[in-house]
Order: sequence, then C-alpha cells, then structure tokens
Amino acid sequence: MYKLMLAWRYLRTRYIALASIVSVTLGVATLVVVNSVMSGFTHEMHKRLHGILSDMELMSPGLGEIYEPRAHIEEIRQALDEDLEALSAVVRVPALLHQTVNGRMITQQIILMGIDDQTYSQVSDFTPYLLNEQNRKQPDFQLKNEGYDGRLGEVGWPYRTQKAEFEREQRRLLEEAYGSKVTQAQPEVNAEGHEENEFAFVPIPVMPPVLSTDDESGKPQQVAADSVMPQAADPFKAVRESEHTQIFDPATQQHPGIILGMALANRKFRDPETGDVRDVYINVPGDDIQITLPTGGSPPRPTFALCTVVDFYESKMHEYDSTLAFMPLSELQKIRQMFGPDGEGTVSSIQIKLKPGADLEAAKEKLVAMFPPDIYPYQIQTWKDVQRPLLAAVQLEITILNILLFLIIAVAGFGILATFFMIVVEKTKDIGILKALGAPSRGVMSIFLSYGLSLGFVGAGAGIVLGLLFVSNINEIAGLVERLTGREVFDPTIYYFSEIPTIIDPYTVVWIAVGAMGIAVLASVLPARHAAKLHPVEALRYE
Amino acid sequence: MNKTALASQESTGEGRRPSVAYARGTRSTTKSKSPIIRAVDVYKTYQKGKLKVPVLRGVDFQVEQGEFSAIIGQSGSGKSTLLHLLGTLDVPDQGEVFFGEQRIDNLKAIKRDRIRNQEVGMIFQFYHLLPELTTLENVLTPKMISTGTFRYLLNRRQYIERARMLLELVGLGHRLNHKPRELSGGEMQRTAIARALISDPTLLLADEPTGNLDSQTGKDIMDLLQRLNHDEGVTIVMVTHDNEIAAQADSVVRLVEGRVQKSRNQAA
Repeated sequence: MYKLMLAWRYLRTRYIALASIVSVTLGVATLVVVNSVMSGFTHEMHKRLHGILSDMELMSPGLGEIYEPRAHIEEIRQALDEDLEALSAVVRVPALLHQTVNGRMITQQIILMGIDDQTYSQVSDFTPYLLNEQNRKQPDFQLKNEGYDGRLGEVGWPYRTQKAEFEREQRRLLEEAYGSKVTQAQPEVNAEGHEENEFAFVPIPVMPPVLSTDDESGKPQQVAADSVMPQAADPFKAVRESEHTQIFDPATQQHPGIILGMALANRKFRDPETGDVRDVYINVPGDDIQITLPTGGSPPRPTFALCTVVDFYESKMHEYDSTLAFMPLSELQKIRQMFGPDGEGTVSSIQIKLKPGADLEAAKEKLVAMFPPDIYPYQIQTWKDVQRPLLAAVQLEITILNILLFLIIAVAGFGILATFFMIVVEKTKDIGILKALGAPSRGVMSIFLSYGLSLGFVGAGAGIVLGLLFVSNINEIAGLVERLTGREVFDPTIYYFSEIPTIIDPYTVVWIAVGAMGIAVLASVLPARHAAKLHPVEALRYE
Repeated sequence: MNKTALASQESTGEGRRPSVAYARGTRSTTKSKSPIIRAVDVYKTYQKGKLKVPVLRGVDFQVEQGEFSAIIGQSGSGKSTLLHLLGTLDVPDQGEVFFGEQRIDNLKAIKRDRIRNQEVGMIFQFYHLLPELTTLENVLTPKMISTGTFRYLLNRRQYIERARMLLELVGLGHRLNHKPRELSGGEMQRTAIARALISDPTLLLADEPTGNLDSQTGKDIMDLLQRLNHDEGVTIVMVTHDNEIAAQADSVVRLVEGRVQKSRNQAA
C-alpha cells in the first residue's frame, strides 16, 4: 500500500517528473498520428491501386496481341473455376493525344484503353471514378445532356451544340468578310496569289472564339479542334470537308466517345494573387480531340482518329489520371484494325477479378502453368506485382518512421532515467526511513517501478488522447497551420487528395502504449535497483 | 508475554495481540526478568575511505522485558551503532544478537525486515518522518508496509482508528492531517513515537529522542516515554549523551570507545 501511496505522492509533488511525462506524451502522440496518417495513405493507395488494376491480368507485353480472346477467356474461366469473379478483355495501347489550347495544339503521351463497358467495371473500379452520374451507373461512351460534376460547369450536349453553332456563326462571319474562299478551298486561295493568301490566312488562328461569359471562372476558351487542324497542305481537303459537313453535324452528332483521365484535361494552379488553387480545363466533355496511335499487326503504322470527350476519369491517383484514356473496345479495335485471321477482334490483355478471399498467388500459379512463359509470349501478373516497388517503398517508409519515432520515446526513457536518479538521490533519506520501518528492498524497488509505470501510463494515455484528437482534427489543424504560416501543408496540386486520409488501427495504438510504458518501466529499473540497494543506516545519515 | 515464537508470529501477523493494547492497558506492567534483546560480544568496524574505523569492540548488552534502559556515551563511542545492531538495521562483523531466544543477526534480510517492522519501534533524533505524508499517514506507514494493499484497504478503518488513538495518546489528536513541515520539533517526535507504537512492538529503540529539542520539549518527550514504559510496559532502549536524561532510565550502560565501561542498574 505504501508503495502505491508514495509513488502517487511523488508523482503529484515532483514537477520534474512532468517533463518526463510530456516527452512520453509527445512521443506517443507523434507515433499515433504518423501511423494513422501513414496507414490512411497506404490504405487509400492500396484501395485505389487495387481498384484500378484488377486482381490479375494476362497480358501480351508491348504492342503484342492476344488472338482468339474468347477461347482464352474460356480457358481461364475453366482453370480458375470457383475463384473467378469476372473477366474482361481490354486493348491497351500507347497513343498521342492532341488537344487544342487557344489555337495551339499540344500533344501528350497517353495509354489508351479499349474497354468493354459491360464487363470492365466488374473487374476493376472504373465507374466510381467517372464524373457523370449516369456513367457512374453504366458507362456507354455517349455524350450526355446533363449529370456532369458541378466543377465542370455547363458541359455535354448543351455545350457542344452551342459551340457548334458558334463555330458555324464564326465561319459565316468570316465568309461574309473575306468571301467563301477563306473557309473552303484553301488551295484555290493559294493559287490566286500571295497577298490575298496572306490576308486570307491571318484571321483564323488569331481570333479566339469566345464561347461564354464565364471566363473569370478559369474556364478555358475553346477552339474547335478541326478548325485548326492542318488544312492547307491537304489536297483532298475539299472532298473530305464536303463529306463531313454533309454527313457529320457536330451540333447533334459525336465522334467515338473517349473518357480522359482528369489530369490530361485539367490543370491545377495556384492563383498568384489570391493563393487559391484553381482548376483550368483544356477540354471538357463535348469537345473533340484527335489521337494518333499505332495500328495492330506488324509492323505497326500510325493512324489517326477523331474522338469526342464524353467524360472524365478521376481516380485521384495522379499516375493514372495523367496517363489513362478509355474508349470502347470495339471502336479501338476498328481504329487499330485489330483482327485475327479468323476475323475475331484481338486484345492486348485479359483482366481477371477473383472472388473475395481467393488466393491471388495460387491463381497466378495456375495461369502460369496453363500458359507457360516459354511457350506463350504472355505476362501474367497480379496487381501487387505491378505496384511492388511502390508498395515496398511505402512499407519501408512506415517501418523506418516507426523505428525513428520509437527512438524518440527511448530518448524520453533516458529522461525518465535521469529524473528518477535525481529523485532517488533526493529521497535517499526517505528510503532509509522506509527501510528502518521494515520495508523490504523489493518494496522500495517497486515504489520506483510503479512510479515509472504510472509515468508511462499517464504519458502514454495523454499521448494517445492527444494523438487521437490530432488525427480526428487533422484537416482542421492543417488548415490552421496553413493560415498561420501561409504555406500549404497538404498541397492538393500534388496529392490529389482534398483531405488527409487517416486510419486509426486499435492494435497499433495499443502496441504504442505498451511500448511506451515498457520503456518507462525499463528506464526506472536502474534507479529503482539503486534505491533498493541503499543501506538503511547510511541512507538515514544522508543529508 | 515473552516474544520468542517469532516464526509463528510472522505467519499469523495480525491479531496475535489485542491491537489496541497500549491504550487499553491490557499489557502486564510487571517487569519480568527475561532478556528481550541481547547482544553478545559484538564487533563492528566502519570503512571510512581507506581507513578502518572500529566502532564496537566486543560489547555485551542486554535488556529485560519491561525495562527502560539508557545507553550513554560520547559522540563516536558506538552507542548509535549498537542501537542499529539491536534494531536489525545493521549486522555486526562479529558476535551475536538475540531477540528473545532467537538469533537475529544472521537472518535473511527479508526476515530481519519483518522483525524490524513488527517487533521493534524506532525513534530518531531527527524524527525521520516522510515529508509527503500527513501525520496520520506517517503513523500508518509501518502498517502499510506489513500488510498487503488489499488487506490494508479491507482493515483500513480499524488501522486508522488505532493510529488516531495513538496520536491522541501522545497528545497529537488535533494534528492528524498536518504535513511534518507544519509541525514543531516536539510534535514531530511525538508523531514518530506514535509511529513506533503502531505495530505494537515488543521493543522501542530511541536514538537521542530529545537531542534536537529544547529542554522543556525534551522533558515532555521523556515523560511520555516513561509513561509508556511505566503504564504500558513497553521495553525501551534509549541512546543519549546527556547524563541527566539517562538518569531517568532504569538502567544505564556507558560506552567508551566501543566498549562497555560500566553499567548501573537503578531499579535493582
């Protein structure tokens, strides 16, 4: 009883012990916060990576093709049998995306995915990341009238129609001013002479069409892709133009639909005056873009296609948002002329989703056994294989952070050690008194051990409370720090997370607390042993 | 009343005697002649740096049940050391110490701790109270040491009642919840005496109990000790360098340079 009583009294009357408690508290709080944020990040990352990637895929590397995909799918279905949840064949091809910004064409490198809109969303998270609410239910690569994310403003068919009407109006005005030659038969203008030619050419690129009045919102000004496409040097222009204008009406019709990764069309930038992050869109749903891509077969040749942006894909994983674009599988097969000898469309990868709880590695081995790498030019990989370097790096980061932070608590432990030695020296006489009253050495020792334990307990408890409070208010705290320092803590232009993700794992919290208390007790062992070994007579004589 | 069956007392602990013996005066006041504590030819040498300082050089000493004995001598004569040996705070280099019939200088530390806690009450010149605890808690400390937490909490009311009564006995009934620093020297010494009595000890060892007090307060303390000896039959061994104080004891042993020079038995 006296042990507890004295440990408690010492705890209450020694303010120096508070310093030890504070260091334990801070260490524990930091560990809780860092672990929560890290596992929040990891979880979010895993979820996104896994969601986007499907569990497993059988792919033909590079531009290789898988012939007879239906037969392959049937074989895989039989091999995996029970474990199989869904299958989807896709075409994955590197391509160039041409967008027009204020009359200038920019080209980006993309990975174009041809997907089957019925099955693809069964193997991977695709639809949840689309910005149109109808597409989120069932994507169909058709431009929609409404249902787009509010950030985009008024897009879709209303925008496309308005834009087409504007372009028609613009062309009409130009024709009125410069005659029909300007927009139609350029070669004829060329033939007529230089002066007119120069005169006729100038207005087109320098007149940015003003589409709407909401320029201040940062919405880019649009230029129709086809109005700036290289036209002058094309001797068959007239023929093609006549075909298109007669058959294709951009106000009511669309090219094959394409869904762009958000970061391909969106630029985030910080307004230099207000400091706010602003979105600028190079394209919005309803715009047309052009792509350049290699055909199937060997050797591949470049081919071109006009597409209509029908939606954006925003997984918030920058790697995917800035490279991926999606088209219907059949359209892409048509554009790339991907057909086997039997006329069946070829694909470049078969994506596989397993039932929850199925063994990923075992399934992979089955497929490898079925398509041995020395016979088939296929690559079979799980989503973990694909993202292994990233996952391993994050895991390593977590481990090292934990070690470093536990070192902080160890430092706090040395603080406890020093404090306790001081207290033992200060209390030498009291220890002598206790021993003179018959307290055994073990009893004296346990005073200081329970003192250390209670320091650890209070410190760890306060640390956990502090840490959990911090974690639950982390976004508010980040906002506050931002306001105070003027520096963005969690820069949305980098992370694409609007909020800091956190996950509190109870086991981790318990382990941190146990570890901190263990360190506190360990640190008090030496002073406690010192106290226990004191000779009562000498201790009493101590002044 | 002879306390020799220590082993059985250790195991039974509580309840071996009426726990409020002193206040109720149930203890026999007749002074029997059996020695309650006995030191036989004890030697003790302290190491001071490289120098060996012999403190006790063959001391024989014994106290009988109910006796009030004084050990007198100059500073460095070894009187405090002898008291420490009697109180099991220290062990002799040579010689034997008996508590009743049982030899106690060669017992294990844990058993000596037990004897010190249950059989011996100690009073010091500098009171040696725990500054963090109140008067009442200081008095209860030996009880807290001897009983486990659970038992202590179970019997707490009874213990507190006894401590309160002892404090009243020493005249401190109104100072229960004061910290030692709020008490005067005399009050602190009274608290220490009450603490020494809480375990109902066989033997009270007092190391210069009046050494740090003015003459009037010292006299009060001496009166209290005599009253305890006389009314309650507590055996007392007191160390002092003051002849006048020693004169109030039944017997006086004079130590000179670690040897007994002369002993006088006033009662005889």
